[in-house]
Amino acid sequence: MDFALILRVLPVFVAAAWTTIGISLISLVIGLAVAAVVTTARLSQVVALRFLGAAYVSIFRGTPALIQIFLLYFGGPQVGIQLEPFAAGAIALGLNIAAYMAESMRGGILAVDRGQMEAARSLGFGRGRTMAWIVLPQAARLMIRPLGVNAVALVKGTALVATISVVELTYTAQRFIGSTYKPFEIFAVTAVLYMIMIYGLTLLIGALDRAYAEER
Amino acid sequence: MTDVRPMIDVRGARKSYGALEVLKGIDLSVQRGQIVAVIGPSGSGKSTLLRSINHLETLNAGEVWLDGVKVNQKLGRAAFERHINQVRQQMGMVFQHFNLFPHLSVSDNITIGPIKLRGMDKAKARELALVMLDKVGLAEKIDAYPARLSGGQKQRVAIARALAMQPKVMLFDEATSALDPELVDEVNLVMKQLAREHMTMVIVTHEMRFAAEVADRVLFMADGTVVEEGAPDELFRCPKQERTRLFLRKFLNP
Amino acid sequence: MQGLDFSVVPPYWALLGEGLWWTVLISSVSSLVSVVAGVGFALLVLYGVPVAQYPVRFFMWLFMGTPLLLQLFLIYFGLVQIGIDIPAVGAGIIGLSLHFAVYNADILRAGIVAVDTGQTEAARSLGFGRWQTLFNIVVPQALRSTLPALGSMMVALLKESSIVSMIGITELVHSAQLAISETYRPFEFYLTVAALYYIVNLILEAGLHGIERKVGLSR
Repeated sequence: MDFALILRVLPVFVAAAWTTIGISLISLVIGLAVAAVVTTARLSQVVALRFLGAAYVSIFRGTPALIQIFLLYFGGPQVGIQLEPFAAGAIALGLNIAAYMAESMRGGILAVDRGQMEAARSLGFGRGRTMAWIVLPQAARLMIRPLGVNAVALVKGTALVATISVVELTYTAQRFIGSTYKPFEIFAVTAVLYMIMIYGLTLLIGALDRAYAEER
Repeated sequence: MTDVRPMIDVRGARKSYGALEVLKGIDLSVQRGQIVAVIGPSGSGKSTLLRSINHLETLNAGEVWLDGVKVNQKLGRAAFERHINQVRQQMGMVFQHFNLFPHLSVSDNITIGPIKLRGMDKAKARELALVMLDKVGLAEKIDAYPARLSGGQKQRVAIARALAMQPKVMLFDEATSALDPELVDEVNLVMKQLAREHMTMVIVTHEMRFAAEVADRVLFMADGTVVEEGAPDELFRCPKQERTRLFLRKFLNP
Repeated sequence: MQGLDFSVVPPYWALLGEGLWWTVLISSVSSLVSVVAGVGFALLVLYGVPVAQYPVRFFMWLFMGTPLLLQLFLIYFGLVQIGIDIPAVGAGIIGLSLHFAVYNADILRAGIVAVDTGQTEAARSLGFGRWQTLFNIVVPQALRSTLPALGSMMVALLKESSIVSMIGITELVHSAQLAISETYRPFEFYLTVAALYYIVNLILEAGLHGIERKVGLSR
């Protein structure tokens, strides 16, 4: 191991890691927002909305994230959508992870005991209020872990935007493997930075889960 | 009939789990063709004793012999592994919960041992499976999967699986305890048939009536010791020990 | 804005077809290897001697925490610099296989532990040795019980195989890129490729479903 090299390149990699964190956060917000909309549609009583929600999940989960990124970044201009690599990557990743997050959300809601819904309805709560006051608060707790798994996958998934020249961790790693001829050192630095992010995220998810548990 | 060497010989068997001593120095000797029933309250150590005969439990002290071969001999890891695999092939074990292999058909459950351990060819092994299944009255189930069988049928297949290895002895660990009452008889019937064929058997059971009917000798165990043993007539009709009397009273007139 | 024109696609069917063939081939081989290696890793982690166990644990930890694309770069661009020159297709298959083997091992480890101890006891009482018991009795049952999870890994692998286009393997994505470099029609070709993935994905899921049902029936 060439530790001098590792120290020399570290600042560049830390800067790249911030880009990875930035794109992860933006995609996460987009993902959660879109997933909430899709989940609402899938649980709606309107057949057409249910179909659209299911189609969204099926299409985004049924095709590679890489293609989704390419379609938006390279194909976008043909349909009037011109985006910088960072924006195209963040949006495409967000739309992609939203499909998986919608599954997690739906799973959480369906896992809440049916009796809860029936009890609330029998008290005279409407459908919407039952969902908002009774089901969702319980479902939220059940969603945290699966959504956390989605978020960890998202962080690793951000490597894909290296292919459209966003200077994040994996892009930087590829460049330095080519220029330093020290693949293992570069891999080690990159891996450690990814691990730190994922470990931090895991801690955060655990803390959230516990905070919810203590509320009751 | 001149061979007086016991088929199974357990001497001074001791076993503890941490501070709990479950076998406090047990002796058990079973002659060729003899049938011994072991009874006693739960936690008496009767299952542990049975399982230690084929080394599913490792004794802390004492010896186990099968037909003149020491089962729990001191050997290196690899050598002992070879030794115990050999010994176990000569002892059939029947479990309370059947432990049939769910991913294998009835036929494959029975033939996997002869094929993989004895190198028997598949056609011959299937014939053997058919003979064994016929013995337990389930020949028509040869291609079924365990999940499609009733508890009684599963246990009969488990007996057939053990018999297919042509064992010298059969060990039964509460073979009917997990069965619905109406399914107990079909399994007992098979065991009686084995008794008539002079199979050497050790039967751990809580069915006193069956023990009285089939056993040559009955052991009553409690708290890790043999409290009393004798012919079923003596032990069930006029037990000598107070402990035995109490246990039998509770069991025979619940 | 040029407007869309899908008539540019048909002249390239042969090229895309060849790409699709490579995608299916690479995915199938990698899926198979990843399950076999996954069984091996799981057994080593559970029952291996420490000398074998700890490197495998470390490797699994490392590969679970890093992106597939980075791993591919290491295998393809990295190893060649220390004198290990693996052709692109080989590097792609190795990368995909190892990446998913690690996840499969994690799934199988749980599946193996969950197999009832009575199964091991029954096999041991027949005279089967430790490893014979594992391979004949425990692992087959673990493979069955984890089939849905292993199946979803295969589904993920099929999609992620698109990433090997980045090391120059002419699979589906790369063949689309070749077509785009001649036609300058990324939208039409990427959408077509997305549709092809979607269809293959449907077929794979239907196949896995069929296998699950069949296995379920035999229990």
